[in-house]
Amino acid sequence: MFGIEISQGVVDGATLIGIVLLEAILLYVGYGVLEKLLGPRLTAFLRGD
Amino acid sequence: MEVFGVALSLLVMFSGFGLLIGLLFGFFGMGGSFLVTPALLVMGYKTDVAVASGLAFVFGTSVIATLKHRDLGQVDYKLGVLMIAGTTAGIEVGKIGLHWLQDIGLANTVVSVSYVFLLGAIGVFITYNAVKGGDDDGGVSHDADGDEELDADDIPDIAKKIQSYRVPPMMKLRGGVRVSLWMILSVAFLTGLLSGFLGVGGGFIRMPALFYLIGVPVPVAVGTDLFEIVFSGGIGSFLYAIDGAVDLAIVAPLLAGSALGARMGAAATSLVEESEIKVYFGVMLLLGATAVAVREVGGIVEMPVLDLVSLAIIVGAALLVSGAVVVSSIRELRAEKTRPAAQTAD
Repeated sequence: MFGIEISQGVVDGATLIGIVLLEAILLYVGYGVLEKLLGPRLTAFLRGD
Repeated sequence: MEVFGVALSLLVMFSGFGLLIGLLFGFFGMGGSFLVTPALLVMGYKTDVAVASGLAFVFGTSVIATLKHRDLGQVDYKLGVLMIAGTTAGIEVGKIGLHWLQDIGLANTVVSVSYVFLLGAIGVFITYNAVKGGDDDGGVSHDADGDEELDADDIPDIAKKIQSYRVPPMMKLRGGVRVSLWMILSVAFLTGLLSGFLGVGGGFIRMPALFYLIGVPVPVAVGTDLFEIVFSGGIGSFLYAIDGAVDLAIVAPLLAGSALGARMGAAATSLVEESEIKVYFGVMLLLGATAVAVREVGGIVEMPVLDLVSLAIIVGAALLVSGAVVVSSIRELRAEKTRPAAQTAD
C-alpha cells in the first residue's frame, strides 16, 4: 500500500527467530517455576541435608 | 516413534547435547557454536544448515543465560551496548582483512593457524594466571552484588594500566570499575577485529578481554558477554533464516536441554571459586585449540577420520569440563554447610 514490499524470506526468517525467542522465554519461565518449586529440595539433597 | 515428525531418539539426543552445551554456555559465556556446528557437520547436515541452526541455538541459549545472569545482577548493559558498537566496527574491518587474504589465496592457512594460536595462547595465559595466583587470585565473590566495589588486588595488571588512561569521558561500570569510554571502544574494536577475521562468535576472546583488559569481575564479564551474544546471534541467525537454512527440528530440542543447562551453569558461577572458573576455561580453550589443529591437519593430509577425532576431543572436553563444574558446585555447596560450624570452632 505504501510502496514497501517485504520479501517472503524476511517474513519467514523473522517468524522463525520469533519462535526461537518465544521458546527461549517460555523455557526460562517454565524452568524458573520448576526451580522455585524443586530448587530448595534439590539444593538440600546436594548439600547432604 | 516420532514426535512432531521427528524421531524421538533424535529429540532425546539433541536435548541431552543441549543440556551439556547450556551448562558450559551459562558458566563461561562461550562454547555454543564452537560445539554445535562441528557436531552437526559430522552428523551429515549441510554446512549452511549446521551453521545457521548452530547460530539460532546460540541466540536462544544466550537469551536464557542472559536473563539468568541478569537475575544475579551480573549484566552491565552500558558496557554491553558499548561493546556491541565497538565489536561491530571491528568485525567489518576484520572481514575486509579476511577478503584480502582470500584474494591472495592465503585465507585458510592464516585463519587456521591464527585460530589455533589464539585459542592456545589465551588458554595457556588464563590457566597459568589462575594456577599461579591460586586462591589469592580468586578475589571476587560470585554471589556478591555486581555493583560491589572491586578490591584493587583483584584487578589484573593490564586492566589497571588501561584504567589509568583517564581520557574523558570516564565510564563507571559494575564492580566500581572506572575506565575511559575510548579504552572500552578500543578493546571492543580489537575483539571484533579478531572475531571478524577468524569468522567466529568471539565469546572466547571477549570474556577474557572484559576481565583482563577492562577489569570487570569475571561473573559480570560472562553476563555482559552473553548479553552481546543475544544481538550477534540474533542478527546472524535471522540472516541465515531468510534463506531457510535454520532447522527448527534441531534448534527446538537443543534449546529445551540447554535452557536447563544454562540455569545450572549460571547458578554454578555463584558457587565455584573464580580461580577454578579460570582453570576450567583455560583447559577448555587448550583442548579446543588441539581439536581445531587436528581438524586442520586432517584437511591438509586428506584424512576425514581426523574430523571425527577432532569432534571426539571437543565433546570429550565439554563432558570433562562440565562434569568438573558440577562436581565443584556440589563440593562448594557441601563446604558452605560446614563453614559456619568451622568459624564457630575458631
